[in-house]
Amino acid sequence: MITYDFLQQYWWFIMSLLGGLLVFLMFVQGGQSMLNSLSKTESEKKLLINALGRKWEYTFTTLVTFGGAFFASFPLFYSTSFGGAYWAWMILLFCFVLQAVSYEFQSKPGNIFGPKTYRAFLFLNGVLATFLLGVVVSSFFTGSEFTVGKGNIAGLGASGFTISQWQNPLHGLELLADVRNLCLGLAVLFLARTLASLFFMSRLDHEVLENRSRKFTLYNGIPFVVFFLIFLIWTLIAEGYAVNPETKEVFMEPMKYLRNFLDMPIVLVFFVLGVVAVLYGIFNTVFNPNFKKGIWFAGAGTVVTVTMLLLVAGYNNTAYYPSSIDLQSSLTLQNSSSSYFTLSAMAIVSLLVPFVVAYIFYAWRALEKKKLNLEDLESDGHAY
Amino acid sequence: MDLLSVSTVNWSRAQFALTAGYHWIFVPITLGLGLIMALMETMYVKTGDEKWKQVSKFWQKIFGINFAIGVATGIILEFQFGTNWSNYSWFVGDIFGAPLAIEGILAFFMEATFISIMFFGWNRVSRKMHLASTWLVFLGATLSAFWILIANAWMQYPVGMEFNPDTVRNEMVDFWAVVSSRIAYNKFLHAVFSGWAVGAGLVVGVAAWYLLKKRHIDFALKSAKVGGIVGLVAYVMLAVTGDGSAYEVSQKQPMKLAAMEGLYEGKEGAGLVALGMLNPAKQSHDDGVNPYIFKLEIPKLLSFLGYRNVNAFVPGINDIIDGGYTLQDGTTALSFEERKARGEKAIQALADYQVAMAEGRNADAANHETILRENYAHFGYGYLETGKDLVPHVPLTFYTFHLMVVIRFYSILFFGILLYFVYKKDLRDTKWLQYVALWSIPLPFIAGQAGWIVAEMGRQPWTIQDILPVQLAASAISPGNIITTFIIFTVLFTGMLIAEATIMVKQFKKGPDPLPGEEEA
Repeated sequence: MITYDFLQQYWWFIMSLLGGLLVFLMFVQGGQSMLNSLSKTESEKKLLINALGRKWEYTFTTLVTFGGAFFASFPLFYSTSFGGAYWAWMILLFCFVLQAVSYEFQSKPGNIFGPKTYRAFLFLNGVLATFLLGVVVSSFFTGSEFTVGKGNIAGLGASGFTISQWQNPLHGLELLADVRNLCLGLAVLFLARTLASLFFMSRLDHEVLENRSRKFTLYNGIPFVVFFLIFLIWTLIAEGYAVNPETKEVFMEPMKYLRNFLDMPIVLVFFVLGVVAVLYGIFNTVFNPNFKKGIWFAGAGTVVTVTMLLLVAGYNNTAYYPSSIDLQSSLTLQNSSSSYFTLSAMAIVSLLVPFVVAYIFYAWRALEKKKLNLEDLESDGHAY
Repeated sequence: MDLLSVSTVNWSRAQFALTAGYHWIFVPITLGLGLIMALMETMYVKTGDEKWKQVSKFWQKIFGINFAIGVATGIILEFQFGTNWSNYSWFVGDIFGAPLAIEGILAFFMEATFISIMFFGWNRVSRKMHLASTWLVFLGATLSAFWILIANAWMQYPVGMEFNPDTVRNEMVDFWAVVSSRIAYNKFLHAVFSGWAVGAGLVVGVAAWYLLKKRHIDFALKSAKVGGIVGLVAYVMLAVTGDGSAYEVSQKQPMKLAAMEGLYEGKEGAGLVALGMLNPAKQSHDDGVNPYIFKLEIPKLLSFLGYRNVNAFVPGINDIIDGGYTLQDGTTALSFEERKARGEKAIQALADYQVAMAEGRNADAANHETILRENYAHFGYGYLETGKDLVPHVPLTFYTFHLMVVIRFYSILFFGILLYFVYKKDLRDTKWLQYVALWSIPLPFIAGQAGWIVAEMGRQPWTIQDILPVQLAASAISPGNIITTFIIFTVLFTGMLIAEATIMVKQFKKGPDPLPGEEEA
């Protein structure tokens, strides 16, 4: 018999994995943030745009799926975070709206605003989306200012019928005042740029861009490692939001996230493996001039590292979306998930995911049998 | 204690309507062009005629332009349920979230994955694999529509759920009931066919423009052949599913039907207004003012469409508020006041239940739960004040409904005549029809927008029919924030629409890419 508890854990794993995939696929955003700095000529720029333009839909679709799956599995997060940290999410979404049209429109005649504008949109999306995603994910560890009262809808609350209420009038912008949030935001931004450099090296048939990308791996890899380490060490030694398994009461526990790693050695092992893979991908690329496959190590490492980090935020009796002003309002896997029925119905749907992954893999391979160069832009018949 | 400010609720609604309205400009183009370009490519693979490839590639390019802007507006819609409808997200998220997630996993990924093969794979995969990819893009787009419309239909007619007083939300108990609801199927088909109509209207209109300009004649005739058939099928099926919609609405949302027809006083053997003008002096349902300046009715048709019986009683707005008439199942309709009383009882019982559980009084809690369940069908009425709150905007619903119907009957005629000339005569010789086709391009867009206004404005005040009124569903955000995002969205979407339109016009002016050895026209 599959228990409710198991399904909640299962769905948190799926959400963590989707989060990991999303961060990895944000290499597209990372690449957008350095279109200008990495390329010197118009044809180089075109090649970069087209290499990314053949991938942007995957990131975008993963984000949409991430949203839908979060809605279906943990709807209280959907109502609390999106309806509360309104501005953090809205700015992130504006960036994606801009991105969606920019590839298709930027080189087409009659696009009104000119290619420079669309490339500026891509830059904005590249910088803000990665940074803000990092900031919001960091708040899973640092907490936000909200209250939740399910009885509000029946008139039991003191301030209206709304169940989830954000208590900071800045509606999410206040998250930027927390240095730890900023550190993870910057870490994700520089990680995305590092991954993009690695992606270009593996994907492009263009020596100049390849060499420049190798340098960019170093320039972005270092700040990524620095900001990530600050965030990680800070989080490991900071107090965390623990849940008493019997009473369901949320309380502050010293070094909670460090304890979670130690209590879940498998998660720790995978986390370390993930980090090592990312570092190997970066440093082997920087120091070994013949090595071009860094993206596969750093990419897979990113997926695993982020997944494990999110597992640590939610597993082992931890409140994954904590309220810093009212501990008992914090969201846990138990109090925010969908019903047993919905989680199990969705679990059945999730069994189809390998099939989806298989055709994505097929499509990706079909288009990547050879590296991309400037001639391909002509012969493939559809260029951005 | 007050509900959210009217301004917060109305701006949230405006923002959603804005996004949905823009979304429904681009998505129908992709639904329709998806089919048309797949049919064209099938002709290419079957005949090996490079000209069919040229036609397919041209329309695929137009598809791509619209796909981009369709997903840009779509992502905002998805997240707006959370950002602006936070209570809604929790109260029904257990049911509503599932189709959205399935859409992402099973449909949107399919569309986004195979679109890349469709665009970049001409030289990289086999001809048949390319064709399969084009069909999968169409299938993905259609499946997306399927899951989203399941979700929308469920809001209009909530089934397969049970209220849980512990979690204070509705929970899914029957996935199959949600997925197989007749309203959902009808809605899905109606929306998809209206997408086909938009795509067909565009393809045929552009083809006609080339014929008028005497350019790309072969391309234009091929486009008109495929577009014409898709258009006629779409409009005939729109009539069939439209009839299905009217029937379902009359059963499940009688107030919407009454608003669509401006019917204040119900009657047996009610006629359908073919042509009419509402009286702007009518301010309220109970002011006694005649609702019409004039109207021309088709006798008994409304009763027949709504209840499959020419003499059936169709309740008007006042009947639904006052109650007392006999429902289809033989019971007597409750008045608004009675439903409001029962709704308030349900809300109070929920509050009492919560308090009793918190204090460990389980027996009391069980009693409150019984009262709650007995009255839950009226839950949302407990938040309304007067019968007037139950009435949607009648003129808007009435005019948009009739506009949609008029456009669609005209279009059946138009596509019928067009096909006659395409297949039996010569379209090249009929200038008047070319002009008609060109100037008819906007009509299916207008009909589609009008249809959604009927569906969504006509069900006010409900986000979930009878259970959750809009003022209870919104997020607690001050109006200033929402006004700001509304303005940003308006600027963004409008700018994008203008760019999209001029890009398309440029592409039309440029015409299809010349075949190898062919000179640019």
